[in-house]
Amino acid sequence: MAKKALAGVATIAAAAIALSGCSNGGADDPSNTIDGEVEGDIKIITWRTDLVESGAFDEYIEAFTKIYPDVSVEVEAITDYEGEMKTRLSTTSYGDVIGIPSAVQPNQFDQFLEPLGEKADLADQYRFLNTHSYEGTQYGLAIGGNANGVLYNKKVFEEAGVTEVPASPEEFLAALELIGDNTDAIPMYTNYKDGWPLTQSFSNVGAVTANPDAPSEMAKDPAPWTEGSDVYAIDSLLYDAVAAGLTEADPLTTNWEQSKVDIATGKIATMTLGSWAISQIQAAAEENGASADDIGYMAFPANVDGTQYSIVGGDYNLGISRHSESKAASYAWIKWFIEDSGFTETEGMISTLAEKELPVNLAGFDEAGVELLETNAAPDGEEGLLNEVSSDAQIDLWGPIYRQQLVDVARGAADGDKASFFAELNERWGDSVERLAG
Amino acid sequence: MANTAPGPSMADAPADRSDGRSTPEGRPARPSGVTDRRLLRRLTPYLFVAVAVGLMLLLTYWPAVNLLYYSFTDWDGLDQTKNFVGLDNYVQVFTDPRIFSVFAVSLYYFGASFIQMGIALYFATLLSYSTRFRNLFRGILFFPYLINGVAIGFVFLYLFQPGGTLDTVLSWFGLSEPPHWIGDPDIANWSLAGTSVWRYTGLNFVLFLGAIQSLPSELYEASELDGANRWQQFWAIVFPGIRRVIGLSFILAIAGSLSVFEIPFIMTGGANGTSTFVIQTIQTAFNFRQVGTASAMAIVLLVIVLLVTWIQRRLFPDEKVDLT
Repeated sequence: MAKKALAGVATIAAAAIALSGCSNGGADDPSNTIDGEVEGDIKIITWRTDLVESGAFDEYIEAFTKIYPDVSVEVEAITDYEGEMKTRLSTTSYGDVIGIPSAVQPNQFDQFLEPLGEKADLADQYRFLNTHSYEGTQYGLAIGGNANGVLYNKKVFEEAGVTEVPASPEEFLAALELIGDNTDAIPMYTNYKDGWPLTQSFSNVGAVTANPDAPSEMAKDPAPWTEGSDVYAIDSLLYDAVAAGLTEADPLTTNWEQSKVDIATGKIATMTLGSWAISQIQAAAEENGASADDIGYMAFPANVDGTQYSIVGGDYNLGISRHSESKAASYAWIKWFIEDSGFTETEGMISTLAEKELPVNLAGFDEAGVELLETNAAPDGEEGLLNEVSSDAQIDLWGPIYRQQLVDVARGAADGDKASFFAELNERWGDSVERLAG
Repeated sequence: MANTAPGPSMADAPADRSDGRSTPEGRPARPSGVTDRRLLRRLTPYLFVAVAVGLMLLLTYWPAVNLLYYSFTDWDGLDQTKNFVGLDNYVQVFTDPRIFSVFAVSLYYFGASFIQMGIALYFATLLSYSTRFRNLFRGILFFPYLINGVAIGFVFLYLFQPGGTLDTVLSWFGLSEPPHWIGDPDIANWSLAGTSVWRYTGLNFVLFLGAIQSLPSELYEASELDGANRWQQFWAIVFPGIRRVIGLSFILAIAGSLSVFEIPFIMTGGANGTSTFVIQTIQTAFNFRQVGTASAMAIVLLVIVLLVTWIQRRLFPDEKVDLT
């Protein structure tokens, strides 16, 4: 995934200069709706530079234009997708089909995107509708979905003498200890330097307490870093592993691309990543003389009365630009890409279509009896609340900054301990909750 | 002849003749032609300058005005409406202790800039005399400044890695347990400041060397006749002669250490207690989506740099240098 592109934030500095407020051209033509005639030129802007370079995207386009010969499709791939799209959204020319950047808040959807219909009407057919709807209207459809949990190397587990896949934080830490004692592998790799891999474990919110409303409840909780909550369990696991010396020796010099090879070849035992990573790590294993079968995937080590849960959620959502001049053709592409292109099967993702089955790489979940859980939409009027509180408190739930500080405290590189750090987080969070939600 | 000429020039030809050369002496020429031409002549310099000024207004001042405007709004960097919030952002910048505490990190770079100027001055003086291979050494010293800052960040990231180049070299001298150069919070800022010294010494060096070479050579000859040694020459001729350039470097050092960005951003991303004011501004704008507050921070930094420069000029006024 091109998520490592976050590193290119430097280029966005120029974004601050960008001016907004341009007029739009033929986009307002009344016949230009998503259920109109499927024809015209469309431009797809994608973050999957790898697929465009390998030619895989051209094959998708070819297959699509066979069905809709009146449409001509052009694709543009951007490495620093989030950063550049943020600038381009202030103009009117940001393609026709886009992956909705995470910077766009629910109450801003209608400024940039064409509505795709009522959420209630789409709910029977599609999964993962919650994140990209606002006041009952749907603005995006997920290209596919991921489960969340921990990626691990089965061979290292075997070598260390871990026989059961850990199902609680205590078991998990004990397993890491065994790996540290019995093998040369790094028990858990944080990818601190690249930052974004640290943020992946936040997607497990809800899995620890089996509560699909956990994220929206967190937005109103004055002290979420308290024992018994999801985020407490998630951040504790990271803290405890680092404090016990079970992570890489120098976190400041980690390297994501290298870490993929290292976990594939057994130099690293575990990493907390979404299931999207499985196919990439398996590919890395094949390329480096290891076997794809060594790569395992487990749910977040926690259970409620013996049952483990894994949160499934949508990946990037595809949406249509409000300024598109071929909205019907754009919608046809989105539906075709999600339903018939075979993209999710190739990528090992969960299909957005409700009727399709789970991908093979999550077979481990069936054996362990893991239940899949989709988080609920936030109540009306609070769609962006969690995001707002996070920004206001400057605790970046989806970013690396506060977790890097947590790792620093845990490894003794910054003052404080777990209790004081969590207390400070609670204080900042509580202040913002009071201001925004109170 | 006129028949073969293309259309436009045929039309131009008579007009040309009537307002210029062919008009007999003493007869008033067509007044409009003369004023046109005079106007054009008067405008010419402005037209030449217009392009440069236009680009500067468009690419420097217009964004700066925008920045000022954003700093009074609650813009998140994306929304099509920007609400005016008055001075709220500035109040937040000055009341949030997290924002100003990062200036402590600038002290490392400020301290390092003295080492940097010292090294640069030493080599500039040394290489201003006719030394063997002096052009080669000048090139070597200036070279780091030509490398892209991002590339330097990556190069030094590998150098500082545990078991990296630096550790390997140190192990040859028997230092078997080197610290984590950027992993240890007590050392990290020194490592980064050291990288910064390596990068910018070349710039100081060239500034100093240029100034030293512009000193008249008679002064050296005269002082040699008087029996002055190199050390005395430095204190009596070189140092006072280039005082203004040293003063300029000092201002650059202060402004530079307040707004350090590239090296810590690439090497640590501001983690591990190495965050600087500019990194924090970027994080506020793009990680916490508070472009308004971040704009206010940028304006505040600008004001601080101007203020420091002004104070410095007040304390060390720009004296005329007179070596005679």
